[in-house]
Amino acid sequence: MYDEYYLELSENPVQFENASSVNNVFFDEANKQVFAVRSGGATGVVVKGPDDKSSVAFRMDDKGEVKCIKFSLGNKILAVQRTTKSVDFMNFIPDYPHLEFSHECKTKNASILGFCWTNWNEIVFVTDQGIEFYQVLPDKRTLKLLKSQSINVNWYMYCPETAVLLLSTTVQGNVLQPFAFKTATMSKMSKFEIELPAVPKPAKLSLSERDIAMATIYDQLYVMYLKHHSRTTNSPGAEVVLYHLPREGTCKKSHVLKLNTTGKFALNVVDNLVVVHHQSSQTSLIYDIKLRELDGALNVHQPVLPAQSINPYKIPHSGPAAAPSQAPVPCELYSSSWSVFQPDIIISASEGYLWYLQVKLQPTLNLLQDKGKLMDFLLRRRDCKMVILSVCSQMLTGGDKGNLSVVATVFDKLNQVYKEYLDAEQAYTAAMESGPSRSSTSYKRPVRTQAVIDQSDMYTHVLSDFTEKKGVKHKFIIAVLMEYIRSLNQFQIPVQHYLYELVIKTLVQHNLFYMLHQFLQYHVLSDSKPLACLLLSLESTYPPAHQLSLDMLKRLSTANDEIVEVLLSKQQVLGALRFIRSVGAHDNVSARKFLDAARQTNDTMLFYTIFRFFEQRNMRLRGNPGFNQGEHCEEHVAYFKQVYGENALMKQATA
Amino acid sequence: MLMISPRMASGMQEKQYTPSLLSFFIYNPKFGPREGEEEKKILFYHPIEIEKNEKIRNVGLCEAIVQFTRTFCPTKPAKSLHTQKNRQFFHEPEENYWMVMVVRNPMVEKPNKDGKPPTVEYQEEEIIDSVYGSVLQQCYSMYKLFNGTFSRAFEAGGVELLTQKLEKFFYRYLQTLHLQSCDLLDVFGGISFFPLDKMTYLKIQSFVNRVEESLSLVKYTAFLYNDQLIWSGLEQDDMRILYKYLTTSLFPRHTEPELAGRDSPLRPEVAGNLLHYGRFLTGPANLKDPDAKFRFPRIYVNTEDSYEELHLIVYKAMSAAVCFMVNVAVDLNREFCEQLDSLVGPQLTLLASDICEQYNINRRTSGPEKEPQFKFIYFNHMNLAEKSTIHMRKTASVSLTSVHSDLMKILGDINCDFARVDEDEEIIVKAMTDYWVVGKKSDQRELYVILNQKNANLIEVNEEVKRLCATQFNNIFFLD
Repeated sequence: MYDEYYLELSENPVQFENASSVNNVFFDEANKQVFAVRSGGATGVVVKGPDDKSSVAFRMDDKGEVKCIKFSLGNKILAVQRTTKSVDFMNFIPDYPHLEFSHECKTKNASILGFCWTNWNEIVFVTDQGIEFYQVLPDKRTLKLLKSQSINVNWYMYCPETAVLLLSTTVQGNVLQPFAFKTATMSKMSKFEIELPAVPKPAKLSLSERDIAMATIYDQLYVMYLKHHSRTTNSPGAEVVLYHLPREGTCKKSHVLKLNTTGKFALNVVDNLVVVHHQSSQTSLIYDIKLRELDGALNVHQPVLPAQSINPYKIPHSGPAAAPSQAPVPCELYSSSWSVFQPDIIISASEGYLWYLQVKLQPTLNLLQDKGKLMDFLLRRRDCKMVILSVCSQMLTGGDKGNLSVVATVFDKLNQVYKEYLDAEQAYTAAMESGPSRSSTSYKRPVRTQAVIDQSDMYTHVLSDFTEKKGVKHKFIIAVLMEYIRSLNQFQIPVQHYLYELVIKTLVQHNLFYMLHQFLQYHVLSDSKPLACLLLSLESTYPPAHQLSLDMLKRLSTANDEIVEVLLSKQQVLGALRFIRSVGAHDNVSARKFLDAARQTNDTMLFYTIFRFFEQRNMRLRGNPGFNQGEHCEEHVAYFKQVYGENALMKQATA
Repeated sequence: MLMISPRMASGMQEKQYTPSLLSFFIYNPKFGPREGEEEKKILFYHPIEIEKNEKIRNVGLCEAIVQFTRTFCPTKPAKSLHTQKNRQFFHEPEENYWMVMVVRNPMVEKPNKDGKPPTVEYQEEEIIDSVYGSVLQQCYSMYKLFNGTFSRAFEAGGVELLTQKLEKFFYRYLQTLHLQSCDLLDVFGGISFFPLDKMTYLKIQSFVNRVEESLSLVKYTAFLYNDQLIWSGLEQDDMRILYKYLTTSLFPRHTEPELAGRDSPLRPEVAGNLLHYGRFLTGPANLKDPDAKFRFPRIYVNTEDSYEELHLIVYKAMSAAVCFMVNVAVDLNREFCEQLDSLVGPQLTLLASDICEQYNINRRTSGPEKEPQFKFIYFNHMNLAEKSTIHMRKTASVSLTSVHSDLMKILGDINCDFARVDEDEEIIVKAMTDYWVVGKKSDQRELYVILNQKNANLIEVNEEVKRLCATQFNNIFFLD
């Protein structure tokens, strides 16, 4: 059963002092910092971030109950809200005065709902009557108003990744007004309305911030609305409705995730997957909005995998002071004290832990039977490479029937991603070569994600092992290799030599030379010098390999020297000479090489012919039939004289 | 080597007789070694009407000739016997089993003026040993393909079964021998391969592999398009004879109904929601027929080692034909055929149109087809690839050539010369009729070119052939 848990809590949680009557705990989503404020700060504020660098501890005066506390980006300035009227600031920049300063919201009678940092020195106050965008001047210990906007606000939500602030307006609260922030500017985005399952009468606030979350999925910002099951409509369960919030343009309802159950839910986004936790069943569901359902309406999604609990988690020590011998305590999952934050954070304030939620890909192998769908799913995950490769290995050795078409589908999916990357890479290189000065910023070097599975990955992790496996039918092995080569060809990816070698090795091992011959005949194994040499080496077991090899060398047209060598080694001296003459390279070949070969045949007539040919060449090139010193032909001249006599040597033309 | 071919001046009212089959018999001397038992040696004799003693005499003569010539060369027994009126060919395909074919020489009948019977002139030099020797060997290969070896039949059912099988097979087969149109291509027994781009070829590979996987009964598959081979899972020698059977017997028999059926009688089958044109060329003619018979021809392959007996299923969609070979122990029933039809039919139809499309693209890019100045025959011993622009499309009855038989005879003679030596060579012949005939042998390849250039000299002919090699055979290593 262990293997089926596809969600888990991070192994090294951020630990903090658990919330209590004397210790208030705050979480800042922007910096992902947990603030433990003891006695209003008087006895210490401990800030724990995702890494040690972002962890700080300090003291501040207890000036009343802290409602909200957050550092600006980079821990430069601390902002603390204690009243509904003002926010207090504290410089954390070295050499700047450490004294607190306070700023009141400018709108009269407004009460501050909260604030968010949009930069190291820019802050937004959200009040029930609007928003105020300030620049903090730490040296002057004052704030400068950059912009403000009046609007009735029920509640707000901020997405730090995209710096988008979402305000709930109107009486029912279902009209959402987003604002986008960028250094010193604030822009109003188009507002949109969330469709409520039922309109209450009389009108009252019906959309709670608990049911809304913002997250970026596949680089796009979405507002996720948890639409509870309503008795008036016929929907069988609750659903999550995703509203796509583009930088420009209007916000549109884009996806519906069917939860098929009711109750209390919480949302996370991990690795571009929407995770929905269901408290009463203590399970979670995951959704991939890019995974198209085969049936049903477009963009209505069912869970990718069956509902499953988060992997059981054991807390190593009960508290920082625990003895090492103490047994780990099982952690209560889906506890009511859990708080869930975007995108992937789960906090248990009562126990003092912050976890990151993670997706484990390995279990999906057995949970998702449809290999094509599984591949689609995996190719979009971050750490997918090894899992994909193990899916490939598994499907090849699984021995299911009708496997080959599955294998083909999987290969095609892999190669599609591989090809896209190759194209992007090529376009980038071309752009760089054509002139890096021109719009160099718009051409970013393509990122090679783990989903790019190239031929060497396939070869090393899947194919070479697979071909060595005992008990796999060679017919299947060859079919798989051909399928991979077909897929590569289909995407116009040049096939690497080692794959051909693997095909040849497998065919030779099973004496399937005729099959090999046919593959070569149709140029399925592309021509190359190494391949030609490999074929030459097969000649002793399969004589036609000689012809295949020569043909290949001929087609390469850059392998004339090799052809001559092959022919000479077969004592086809005249043939070699005729060949080199036909390609017009006979003026540059070594005479000695040919004469050596001719001597070895013990055919004196042949030797005579070859010798004469080179004498004529010498004559033509240098006006003298004799061989040069550097040609090292003395031995052959002597032999020629010995056999045919001195007079047989060609005479220099008397000019 | 330059030769001038002799050419007889043709007469006026002469009557020309082409070579024809006189007799064909198979015997085994071990079956009747004692005197008086000679008849037992004879396993098959055509024509059947021949009187018993004459049969015995003829067999005895052959036996004697073979025995006698063996003393000169024990390893290579006599292959043929030339006489004025006919020529006999001997072949021992299996130990002690002899096949003999007697061919009457072609002859010219010249009428005599004064009412005398016409004079007959036998042209005993017109017949080429290698051509008819190959025809005889093919007879055996074809028999073996459908019946297995002689000795296996003998082991299984004695002389009785063997003679039964021989009679059943050769009675029909000999009628299809058209000795007058045998030529060099019979010597080669080659296979014409369909030219195809890599991607389409890989698709076919993929198709074959998938079908073999889902119909796990299929042991071997062969894929043909336009009567040309694309893929063979069988070994070369088995494929060679199967190819011969398909292209000269099975396919031609089905061409006629196909051409007629473009419009009406053959409706595309609907399997699932896919239209397809697949149908069985062997086995059930119509799957919908409740009385359809699910019997397929049996073939024997790998007779040297594993000796496999297989059902031969030939299935065709448009111009694409696939042979599926299934172990004979498997009972092929309606269910299997329906499964095959629904699986293969739609895929093969799609593939066939893919190939057709690709083929047309390739043809277009290679330029419009011009009738070239020359005709050629190419053959590669290594893969049995054969290409001829001399031969018209083969039909069930005859293979038509577009050149005069005298030229074909020269080709045959050049081939015999090539067979004698191992080295590469080139022979150029000037025929009497202004034709030049060039034969080239490079490694395992042979090329024969017939040029019709009236006043060309040797050098020009040589240049012309070089050009031909450069355009038609630029992707293979061909010494010039």
